[in-house]
Amino acid sequence: MKLRRIGKGSESKIELQMTPMIDVVFQLLVFFLFTFRIATQEGDFNIKMPLTTYSSSQTVAAESPVVMMHVRLRADGSGRLRQSGGIVVNGDRVLDSFEQLHNYVIGVIGGHEPSAKADAEVELDCDYNLHYEHLIDAITAVSGYVDKSTGQVNRLIDKISFTPPQAAPGS
Amino acid sequence: MRFRHRRDGPKAEMDMTPMIDMVFQLIAFFMFAISFSQNEQDERVMLPDSVLAKPANQPLKHPVTLHLTRTGNVIYGGQELPALERLRPYLVNERMVLQGRNRTMEDATVVIRADRLARAGVVQKLIQMCQEEKFEKFALRAQEDIGP
Repeated sequence: MKLRRIGKGSESKIELQMTPMIDVVFQLLVFFLFTFRIATQEGDFNIKMPLTTYSSSQTVAAESPVVMMHVRLRADGSGRLRQSGGIVVNGDRVLDSFEQLHNYVIGVIGGHEPSAKADAEVELDCDYNLHYEHLIDAITAVSGYVDKSTGQVNRLIDKISFTPPQAAPGS
Repeated sequence: MRFRHRRDGPKAEMDMTPMIDMVFQLIAFFMFAISFSQNEQDERVMLPDSVLAKPANQPLKHPVTLHLTRTGNVIYGGQELPALERLRPYLVNERMVLQGRNRTMEDATVVIRADRLARAGVVQKLIQMCQEEKFEKFALRAQEDIGP
């Protein structure tokens, strides 16, 4: 078989047209640039609260769990948690920070059986003006912590409910 | 003045390869980093931080997302409602949709995305209104605290 050899004289190269591809690629780049948003991840705190929780406190009391904590969160005039005595647990234990609340919960939960731990419940009672971020701080303090060595989340109390909302100041 | 007429000599060609490499790298990065599932976020709401806020392993069955601004207005479906009570017809509508799909109220979860400076009392009132419309599962949303 005889192969034809392309002569050196024929110097006309086949040129690939890059322009349409570059056009499309830049279009894509601009689209992704404009739609890109740096967002941190979000997570939920699940709260199961049927309407009966508010209306029939006596029924709830009859089936009350082994560990039941009533956490009162008090706000100052600007909606922040009060600097001192902002947290009152079960009406008598006054705490100043969420770290203290967290340690208190660990102390209470630690002395109980795992079944009682799973059954433990926290009822949050907040001032109307309290900032929502402090409510989340309180939920974080009672519901668990992140183990710094492993990065795993250790759960404390999952059952969280609210007391009926307080009246707005001045209403 | 006379201009010299250039002859057709060898063309100067630009090497496009490094540029195309970089552009493709960028496109690949944005393609992997983009997430279209963030459509339930709203820029008017700044969520509070929590170290325990981790994304759920599986998506919620029937989420009803309510945003609450720091001024106490609810945003539902991208529309800012001037009063809390204006939300009630929408909640009734959501309930009807659930019933139409033969689902119970336990299947629905009201996702509350409240601003960090919203008042706790307003959040509680919002929860109470949802309860009155037979919703019973709630998810208070926070953003992951990634530290300083």
